[in-house]
Amino acid sequence: MTALLTRRKVLAGMGVLGLGLLAGCDTRGELSYKYGKDLSDKILGRTFKLKDTEGNTVTLSSFRGLMPMIFFGFTQCPAICPTTLARAAKIKKLMGKDGDILQVVFITLDPERDTPEILDAYVKTFDPSFVALYGTLEETKATAKEFDVFYEKVPAGDTYTLSHTATSYVYDTRGTLRVGLSQSLSAQECTEDLLTVMEVC
Amino acid sequence: MNPFLNHIKRAALGLSLLGLAFQVSAQTRVDDAWVRATVPNQSASGAFMTVTADSDSKLLSVASPAAKDVQIHEMTMKNDVMSMGPVKSVDLPAGKAVNFDPNGYHVMLMGLTAQLKEGDSVPLTLTVENAKGEKETVEVKAPVKALTMEGHDHSKMH
Repeated sequence: MTALLTRRKVLAGMGVLGLGLLAGCDTRGELSYKYGKDLSDKILGRTFKLKDTEGNTVTLSSFRGLMPMIFFGFTQCPAICPTTLARAAKIKKLMGKDGDILQVVFITLDPERDTPEILDAYVKTFDPSFVALYGTLEETKATAKEFDVFYEKVPAGDTYTLSHTATSYVYDTRGTLRVGLSQSLSAQECTEDLLTVMEVC
Repeated sequence: MNPFLNHIKRAALGLSLLGLAFQVSAQTRVDDAWVRATVPNQSASGAFMTVTADSDSKLLSVASPAAKDVQIHEMTMKNDVMSMGPVKSVDLPAGKAVNFDPNGYHVMLMGLTAQLKEGDSVPLTLTVENAKGEKETVEVKAPVKALTMEGHDHSKMH
């Protein structure tokens, strides 16, 4: 509740004072997170260009004004991906009204099997506001590289499964990378750090 | 807990243990089996359970009519990277409950024959081999639970 008020005040202040306050909302400012990893000195995810499940081209700036939380995975993932998305849905609820600006973004590392239809049904099962993005194999590779996300195909019988980085990357509402949330953190722990991100911008 | 109920529970447990003693073939127990639901056209999902063998054994394989290929996979986390891959078998030390959950070993149902919907049930056949090389099969009917089910079930009631 206080975080929401603070944010409102900041936004209102920005409207009145314009540039003066924008300087106060320093994009390089370091925040102290209790659980996540401060990534404010990293430049990740600036230039990716992918498609959403309706075919719109999406870049990081598409989420301006929202706080994107980006996670990489694949729908045939039995464990980490569904549990991380379930955690994201829980975080959004725990954030209450502030949760409205949290935009959960799922980027598939398996565009060969994850069709837009499967992706859309999959993420929306967790929360109707969640967005899934996909690209060609090359675009997927470039995006993962840009985020420093590791992934590789692991042969499994006639088919394959994937190993991949399980970090959730959180940006502030102005598109500055802020914090990396490990898969091992609880929804409560993530929520505390996300509210810290919201205190600045 | 009502103490009277507790007595009944204990008695029931005692009776079922007695039953087990006579039933020589049933040496491996499978508890809390479940399968994660899928969305339409999703071709794979995971099955989870707790397996307890009464003598040192190995889980060799799992079969199911719900999928063309069923494999046992192991998931490990290192530096927030999730690594996944098939394993040949899983050791089941005597009396130890081995978890097949979203945080370690799990059963992969690959090439699903139909969408798995919450409330459905999926037959699984586990093949277990003991130290003497004797094979045993255990049949389980695993309920399909929501896609959104989380890994650890802290709210488990026993």
